[in-house]
Amino acid sequence: MAQTRYPKTPREEQPEASPATSPDERIDSAETGARGPFSRRQFLRGSAAAGAASAGLLSGILDDAEAQDEPGVAGPGAVDMAFKINGKAYVATLEPRVTLLDALRNHLDLTGAKKVCDRGTCGACTVLLNGDPVYACSVLAIEAQGSEVTTVEGIGSPANMHPIQQAFVDHDAQQCGFCTPGFVVASAALLNRHPNPDQDTVHRELGGNLCRCGTYAGIRAAVAQAAGGGTTNG
Amino acid sequence: MAEYVWPAAGDRLHIGKHISRLDGPVKATGRAKYAYDVNRRGMLWAIMVQSPHAHARITAIDTSAAEAMDGVVKVHIIQDVGTEIQWAHDEIVAVAATSEEVARDGAAAVKIEYEVLPHFVNERAVDEAPDAQPAQEETTGDPAAAMAAAATKSSGSYHVAQIAHCSLESHGQVAEWQDEETVTLWASTQAISGVASQLGEQIGIPASNVHVETQYMGGGFGSKFSVDRWGVVCAQIARDTGRPVKLMLDRDQEVSVAGARPSTHAEVSTGADADGNVVAWDSKSWGSGGPAGANSPPLPYVFAFDNQTHMHTSVPTNTGPARAWRAPRHPQACLVTMRALEDLAHAAGMDPLDFFLRNIEKTGERASTYVEELEKGAELMGWRDRWRPRGSGTGTVRSGLGLALHTWGGRGHRSNCEVLAYRDGLVEARIGSQDLGTGTRTIIALVLAETFGVGLEQVKVTMGRSVLPASGASGGSTTVGGVSGATRRAALNAVDAVFERIAPRLGTEMANLELRNGELHFKDGSMAAMPWRQAATLIGVNPVSATGANPGPGQLNDSGVGGIQMADVSVDMETGVVSINRMVAVQDCGLILDMKLAESQVYGSLIMGVTYALTEERVFDPHTGQMLNPDMEFYKLAGIEDVGEMIVHMMTGPGYDERGVIGLGEPPVIAPGAAIANAATNATGVPINEMPMTPERVLAAINGGMA
Ligand code: FES
Ligand code: FES
Repeated sequence: MAQTRYPKTPREEQPEASPATSPDERIDSAETGARGPFSRRQFLRGSAAAGAASAGLLSGILDDAEAQDEPGVAGPGAVDMAFKINGKAYVATLEPRVTLLDALRNHLDLTGAKKVCDRGTCGACTVLLNGDPVYACSVLAIEAQGSEVTTVEGIGSPANMHPIQQAFVDHDAQQCGFCTPGFVVASAALLNRHPNPDQDTVHRELGGNLCRCGTYAGIRAAVAQAAGGGTTNG
Repeated sequence: MAEYVWPAAGDRLHIGKHISRLDGPVKATGRAKYAYDVNRRGMLWAIMVQSPHAHARITAIDTSAAEAMDGVVKVHIIQDVGTEIQWAHDEIVAVAATSEEVARDGAAAVKIEYEVLPHFVNERAVDEAPDAQPAQEETTGDPAAAMAAAATKSSGSYHVAQIAHCSLESHGQVAEWQDEETVTLWASTQAISGVASQLGEQIGIPASNVHVETQYMGGGFGSKFSVDRWGVVCAQIARDTGRPVKLMLDRDQEVSVAGARPSTHAEVSTGADADGNVVAWDSKSWGSGGPAGANSPPLPYVFAFDNQTHMHTSVPTNTGPARAWRAPRHPQACLVTMRALEDLAHAAGMDPLDFFLRNIEKTGERASTYVEELEKGAELMGWRDRWRPRGSGTGTVRSGLGLALHTWGGRGHRSNCEVLAYRDGLVEARIGSQDLGTGTRTIIALVLAETFGVGLEQVKVTMGRSVLPASGASGGSTTVGGVSGATRRAALNAVDAVFERIAPRLGTEMANLELRNGELHFKDGSMAAMPWRQAATLIGVNPVSATGANPGPGQLNDSGVGGIQMADVSVDMETGVVSINRMVAVQDCGLILDMKLAESQVYGSLIMGVTYALTEERVFDPHTGQMLNPDMEFYKLAGIEDVGEMIVHMMTGPGYDERGVIGLGEPPVIAPGAAIANAATNATGVPINEMPMTPERVLAAINGGMA
């Protein structure tokens, strides 16, 4: 499933190592997939008060996200950001540490993507970034500028559902529905990449999403229907 | 007057069909608004500071740094200096701020000092428990004599770890005051009516002034019946600040304090006569679900033997407290009983299918249902051709079959419903129930449409608000019977009330009228049938209103189901990994209202069962008292690739339908673990006696270590 892209921090801009743990190590663990105790984002959050410590990181992110020529420093205060989400332009003034998920949910009232683990384990926050599924909880909002963001709301509407959404309804691939937006987005991405996936592919591509109510049988059948391959519960 | 029955099989318009849940499109497109999704103008975020210690006394709290922060609006002390904390992650202070980020900064800046006290978290070592309590002792017949006389004997110890609910939408709510006496709470709850009363009491306003709203909620599984301390705190902060407040638990809190299923450990001895009839049962169990310990699981489970004895010890621990977890105490009892009986079958040299059938009369009144279900399950699993005696397999990966039986009550709860029929033909049900994702909304709609003989597009369900006619909490598989009974009675009464109103306007008697297939029929044929929407215009501007309740006249629901499950698993003898090939569930639940939703419940239960069988466990560090996996990386839920093939068969038709509606939320989640453990035992040839069946434990069992 989606790996969040983590831009490299330019080495010459490394901040001073803190006495406890060198930021360098923390970043490295974050780059392995943000599953360790020190995700980059949590590091950023944790060091919010220490503006100096995060300045180097943030400039690195800005460089990568906006391809600036000169290193700039964003934050720790709020900065203006611009997003393209579901084909529409949005602007917001956010702290650089705000994740894409929190920007969507808390600031733009796009609440389809859900916050569950908030650290890249469950997939409930899955959105598309330029067509690729990512965990929105593990992408900084500031990084998502300049990319096309697609949330579940942009995949289809109740009156005009995407075939995968219709298939989720037809096969009851949802109970409480809290994991559903993430699964719908991940399934749409799966079908874009593999129009006729075999079951191993379905399992692999949706393996980064978790459901507590146990809707996997319905999801398998839904993906099969949307792929045009009949139904399967195998 | 109405006769309060369900329509006969041939007359059913919607009941028993595969109907898609009505809120499916809203959920699948991300439009459904859960409590977590509610954003209000000027809303504050609240984050709670938690205890790092499992047992401690608070000696100092310094909130000055948090209060001085820009954006922090309120620091609320939940548990003050002097309070004794009984489990780690317990909430002590809440910080409300203008953004989630600042609330977190504020929470991190609160300084709390503790006097650390001794803790006990690992109840498996019952001998070391400081406060173990005898909780139950029951004996029937003369088990000692029966055991002494038994031809075959078996004994073993069986262990079920503590697990969490881990609802994907964490516990929490948004609170907003309309005026000094009225508050709205958008809550993630299984009990809107109950939460309104609890909150009103705790903050000193009438319950009727608390408006609880829950249109959608992201899972509860028994953990969301109470307003909880954080609900009260949220409402208090909202009152103190005059602003709406959102307070949702973080994942670590959700998994560590918001719900635990108690552990069960048991030593069991059993005996059978030469024909394989069980003649003696002796069990001693203990377990914990936190500071209150744990009640006894119902042992022996499903079966009652002439000579049996059971003793239980409750073991308090310094861990987040227990809450009802789907089918409380039953999955644990099922694992212990079905594993012990499978071991006895093995000792007797019998196929467990034959062994369970031999003893089926000891299950009581559901015996004939179990026989039918076992036969059906055996057919779907290919049991007769495929079962081999324990440990027959060779090679690295070995497969095996296992089975288990379960039972549950599931009688409909107390519920009220008001039905309104409008002159535009819309028929509305108003009911203070909540849809947890089981499909309650859809069930109410289809009962209403069935009763009016109209399509589902003609009806509307207004629910999820505590100001509506009161309905019970959604737990214990009681909702479907409760809401369907109340809705059916209200709808039958409403049909009568409609007839009473329009008959004079049609120049006929109400007894001459009948609604079916979207039309009003005249029984005497005096007039041609007219479409319902045309007939409805005669209602006039004031809608017709009628109410109904459950329980009430007529038998619309019942209690008591039995089901059987079979598992086909493979075990890698070198890695200890258990993988699921196929699960078969055969289930009865009386009259099935929506076959698609019923099957969904059973599929979901199988999957939840696979999860707790293989991976779920709250792991505690004995030295720090901390839960080591309050997250989703190491508190593992099964993924789509882990659950194998699933076959679900619902028992329907004569013998089942006429019992009326019975709940289905709990029954099918009880037996998967036991069936899987029996299958793993059958595959490996060694008793696999612990849940979850992690590779480490399975390898230990294979290698002859402690299982
Ligand atoms: S909330 Fe982002 S992966 Fe779980
Ligand atoms: S439907 Fe409830 S978590 Fe997936």
